[in-house]
Amino acid sequence: MENLEKILLGHPFFKNIEGDYLNLIVGCASNVRFEQDEIIFREGQEADQFYIIREGTVALDLQDPGSGKITIDTLTDGEILGWSWLVPPYYWRFDARATKMTRAISLDGKCLRNKCENDHDLGYELLKRFALIIDQRLQATRLQLLDVYGLRS
Amino acid sequence: MANTKPESRERVIIKADDLGKILKILKRKSYKTIGPTLQEKAIIYDEIRDVDDLPIGWTDKQEKGSYRLERRTDGAYFGYNVGPHSWKKFLSPPEVRLWSARKSENGFDLHEDDHEIPNYAFIGVRSCDLHAIQTLDNVFLGGNYQDKIYGDRRQENFIVAVNCTEAGGTCFCASLGTGPKSDKGFDLALTEIINDEGHYFVVEIGSEKGSEIMDEVSTRKAGPEMIHMADLRVEKAAKSMGRQLNTDRLRDLLFANYQHPEWEEVANRCLSCANCTMVCPTCFCHTNEEVTDLDGNNAERWRRWDSCFTLDFTYIHGGSVRKSTRSRYRQWMTHKLASWHDQFGTSGCVGCGRCITWCPVGIDITEIADTIRKSGELPDKTVEQPQ
Amino acid sequence: MDYEADIMTKTETIPDPMQPRRFRINNVTWETPETFTHELIPIDKGPTFTFEPGQFNMIYLYGVGEIPISISGDPENSSRLFHTTRVVGSVTQRLQHLKPGDTLGIRGPYGKGWPVDEATGKDILIIAGGIGLAPLRPVIYRLLSHREQYGHITLLYGTRSPDKILYYEQLKKWISRFDMLDVKVTVDHASGNWRGHVGVVTRLLSKAMFEPENTAAFVCGPEIMMRFVAMDLKKHKVPENQVYLSMERNFKCGLGFCGHCQLGSYFICKDGPVFTYDTIKSYLSLKEV
Repeated sequence: MENLEKILLGHPFFKNIEGDYLNLIVGCASNVRFEQDEIIFREGQEADQFYIIREGTVALDLQDPGSGKITIDTLTDGEILGWSWLVPPYYWRFDARATKMTRAISLDGKCLRNKCENDHDLGYELLKRFALIIDQRLQATRLQLLDVYGLRS
Repeated sequence: MANTKPESRERVIIKADDLGKILKILKRKSYKTIGPTLQEKAIIYDEIRDVDDLPIGWTDKQEKGSYRLERRTDGAYFGYNVGPHSWKKFLSPPEVRLWSARKSENGFDLHEDDHEIPNYAFIGVRSCDLHAIQTLDNVFLGGNYQDKIYGDRRQENFIVAVNCTEAGGTCFCASLGTGPKSDKGFDLALTEIINDEGHYFVVEIGSEKGSEIMDEVSTRKAGPEMIHMADLRVEKAAKSMGRQLNTDRLRDLLFANYQHPEWEEVANRCLSCANCTMVCPTCFCHTNEEVTDLDGNNAERWRRWDSCFTLDFTYIHGGSVRKSTRSRYRQWMTHKLASWHDQFGTSGCVGCGRCITWCPVGIDITEIADTIRKSGELPDKTVEQPQ
Repeated sequence: MDYEADIMTKTETIPDPMQPRRFRINNVTWETPETFTHELIPIDKGPTFTFEPGQFNMIYLYGVGEIPISISGDPENSSRLFHTTRVVGSVTQRLQHLKPGDTLGIRGPYGKGWPVDEATGKDILIIAGGIGLAPLRPVIYRLLSHREQYGHITLLYGTRSPDKILYYEQLKKWISRFDMLDVKVTVDHASGNWRGHVGVVTRLLSKAMFEPENTAAFVCGPEIMMRFVAMDLKKHKVPENQVYLSMERNFKCGLGFCGHCQLGSYFICKDGPVFTYDTIKSYLSLKEV
């Protein structure tokens, strides 16, 4: 547990978070490990956790009937995987697959969600941080959407 | 031609029709003499052999979107301003072949075009056009590369300038400091005087070559009163310009107002017909085209005038950068009055007024600049890049 | 008004900068289904063709026309000239069918290239998008052949999908030389066996090793991509005058005479195509300029 606390404290995502809240969060955290090609979660499953990737790569896939599996994003060391646990109806929108052996910290989103309902200050702290991440991903996704390398007719 | 200092230049007087002698001497020295002629109801530049080829006794009345010729009563040789042609027609021709190529075992063989390039003597160059030639010198010869098409035609240029004694309805050279008096870059500069004593020219000799020509013509030295009379006439023209352009920090003004609603206003009127760029004496844009014969054994590369007003001008990767007329008008005007300063150290406009006269819908560049000045922003600091 | 050029009265001949030099195609390599590289050898005698990374040539195809193409080879290999181009328009549609032995006309090299020599002692970020890797490849060659003069070197390369990756074999070689440079490749989307990064190239920036105050960034790709990259570099505190972009417009002459390539006050063919971010920042966000 001490190990986890150190890791979480040092992560930019939790910068300046109050000690009490950090303890609370550490209480919901555990070390996890995924083997290469292991499916971390599937589209449609209940989203109860989120992950901080310590080492490794996770691909976000969508299945298309015609083309098969399409990867639309990869996340690596230090990046946060998943915020669907924050947003109703709390289901994963993609498959997540480890593309190589990946170590991560899993955080119990369901548990945190309940705590946030009771302590709105904690809720605000977490939402503030996720808002930043979601914004970054949105900007990046918009650029991806533009398909700038595609041929224009 | 060497630029002698104005104070040290010789001034002589010749009878008006002695101009014909000058033309003959130039012809003898193998110059092709080009000057104003009256053709199809306009005064345009073409080859002239004698003074009779000049539009003697004619004048032009110019307003926005309007050009008319009228008769004069005094028989003046140069009693008009400028027409739709400018000297770029000869120095950077509307169409010129760059090379011809022929299919061969090495793919193709290139044959550079050895044009017969005449030594041009331009007769009747107004100060605005003289400044235009000088700025084109900068464009085509002032950089790391030299444009051969322009350079070859400019090398042996002989210039007989004419100082305007009347200003036109769309003239504004005085605003830009480009006239009406020619100050340098000419071999001879004439000021026409018609009074009780007769019809003559005060000739300012601006170079060695000019001096050599005048040695063969009977002249008398111009006394101070004559020179003063000539100067007065030119000053009168300077004070009676048809238009004015406030050039104070004009570059910064335009760069700071790229989003001004006036651009949209102009775009509603502008037909993007490109007339202004064709008649403008400093517009230099051109394009290169490939022309082949039917069996493909011969190909030629041609250079032709182009205009930033065409939709294709900025074509890249499946679309044009400047799609709207608004952006294209803005490009032309800001290039002429703003970016040109950054590129070549002077204004691109010489105040000749042709763009105003020959615009079919009468768009007046001085009015547009004025509107933007009245209602636009002008920051105190220098504007580095357009906003 | 004062003019700089003093027109000459001498009768010496002006050399013609518009005359192309003939080169023969020695080899054609298809990098992706719509991108190919020509390897050229000169036919006409003349001085050895040398160029600086980032410069381009005007390629003349007999009977068709001329287009600008970036030089994509090793600047130290003067016996061969390489151009990589995408099939996008009428000239490239014809160009793609040429075979070894066919002839092209070349004018150049033109433009201001990447200031590789001035960046010695710095960490280098090379950020390429799509075909933008082609004009940056000469930079990589130059950096690697003078490796000791530079700090940490990183190549970030983004493209549409794995089948669109340029210089695949060469990239693999470079990836294996992790003692020389750090290479990260990403694609906008992938299917099949791709195990690499997926996402835009800006995402790779946080993984790169560089000291922002002592870094030079060379960026080339579609204009939108370069804008995003430049803004992200700014976020990472790389000085704006150390971020270099390669701009592109319609080139007809390459010499600054025809006026087509103007971007505000700049002629991209002679003031660029490489510019520092601070000098063209406002042009990037202006529409239709």
